[in-house]
Amino acid sequence: MSHASPPVIPHFGTASDCVLANRPFCSDWVRAHWQDTLGPALVQHVELTAIAVAIGFILAGGLALFAHRIRRAEQPIGVVATLVYTIPSLALFQILVPFTGITTTTVEIALVGYSLVVLYPNMAAGLNHAPADVVEAARGMGLTERQILLRIELPLAVPAVLSGLRLAVVSTISIATIAAFLMPRGLGYPIFVALRDPAPFKTEIYAAGGLAVALALVCDTALVVASRALVPWTRKGLAA
Amino acid sequence: MTGTAAEIVFDNVSKRYPGRSSPALDGLSLTIPAGTFCVLVGPSGGGKTTALKLINRLISLDEGDIRIDGTSILDLSPVALRRGIGYVIQQIGLFPHHTVGENIGTVPKLLGWPAARIRERTEELLTIVGLDRADATRYPQELSGGQRQRVGLARALAADPPLLLMDEPFGALDPITRARQQDEIRRLHREVGKTIVFVTHDIDEAIQLGDRIAILGEGGRLAQYDTPDAILADPADPFVAAFIGEDRALRRLALRRLGDVPLLPFAGGGPSVGSALTVRNAVSLLLEGGFDRLTVTGDAGTPIGTITLAHATSLLQS
Repeated sequence: MSHASPPVIPHFGTASDCVLANRPFCSDWVRAHWQDTLGPALVQHVELTAIAVAIGFILAGGLALFAHRIRRAEQPIGVVATLVYTIPSLALFQILVPFTGITTTTVEIALVGYSLVVLYPNMAAGLNHAPADVVEAARGMGLTERQILLRIELPLAVPAVLSGLRLAVVSTISIATIAAFLMPRGLGYPIFVALRDPAPFKTEIYAAGGLAVALALVCDTALVVASRALVPWTRKGLAA
Repeated sequence: MTGTAAEIVFDNVSKRYPGRSSPALDGLSLTIPAGTFCVLVGPSGGGKTTALKLINRLISLDEGDIRIDGTSILDLSPVALRRGIGYVIQQIGLFPHHTVGENIGTVPKLLGWPAARIRERTEELLTIVGLDRADATRYPQELSGGQRQRVGLARALAADPPLLLMDEPFGALDPITRARQQDEIRRLHREVGKTIVFVTHDIDEAIQLGDRIAILGEGGRLAQYDTPDAILADPADPFVAAFIGEDRALRRLALRRLGDVPLLPFAGGGPSVGSALTVRNAVSLLLEGGFDRLTVTGDAGTPIGTITLAHATSLLQS
């Protein structure tokens, strides 16, 4: 990997006129360094995000179900989640380093933490979405508590869970760029490298930043499409 | 598809909620014969909804016993008990993420009916409650309030339970839709012959619908339990008299149609009215026009008798 020992003038390679003049965007550099810099950074970024959101989703789901069953736990968990979110991510990395070292684990713990606190309130609210009369009717017809959860409350929580998921994915993609302060991983790293130069190389910053934005947009759009397929009742409901 | 009806017995049932000084129900004993349309009516705080929800154990029974066809409700699991009882509430509580068909098929599915039988039953019920078969694939949000209430009723009837509990089902409907639904639930009761326990705070609705009315007063006391006619003719105490209103004589006459009461022999004279008219409306016409008599005509328009104010008065004595 080219990041192992950054050159004095990073990532220039065979410099074109555009690159030498450090114009805002040199497509020839992007093409030349897709294989060794941008492509791997994008893949790493997707990995960082996917792992963080997946683990965060499972943990937040578990916590939300726990809070749903034991109503008294709902508020304390919510307060802790908000507190975690207020810790600046850079500070959180530094807090974790003595325990988990300068590793991907440190980065993932921080990212999981953030996705968790974004997902949890949406999931908790979603589970309470089922109107009281719907739950009463279900109970009155003889659904067991488990059936009420699986057939009524969980499906009705789907829209809120999906909107939480969209927020979590987009914010994790954004926060994951900061991982580069700790590890040479993700789309933050090319930006970080470029910024270290006294005259920052604009193309590298714009290309990596643009990829992060594009990744967020693509994921968000995919989730919107998925949510339309998953909650057919809400679309028709709006028309009535 | 006419299921059997169930007899409900309240045996000295009391219910106290923590932190309340007066009981919600105080020693309620009541027998609802199988097939009866029984209306629980009274002011708020009378415990009528409590009484209803005790039957399907949405509220726990602490004192006394409730028996359905002789079996205590405590001898069944709440889930098994509820699957055998239709339940309709004012807010309806249709599942918004299920289609109309899926909503109606809820209990049959819980009971493990095969899919073909559920589909057949759903179509049958849509027809019974006056909806279109094509409505099965729509979502509740696409329906009007009255249509949703019909789906709620169809859902409650789906597994053909011998007992139907209805908690102010028409309270949220506009007067016209409400009147239509009242007519239909009466018709439905005649057709399917189930025992219905119906809660309302509206005495007019109670009189119109009930075979029997239980009037529950403050503190969960059963003030009177009888047929509408008997309650109107002879209110048990001042509370009942005030609750049913000063115009109880007219309300009684409104319960009867000219074709159903003994009339005076046809003597000619006075305007003609149909036999489907209520005695109350006949009296209104007599007063309005200052007539001394009306001629009552049968289906073919032939006179079947005569009614006068004095005769209407004598009907109240019977």
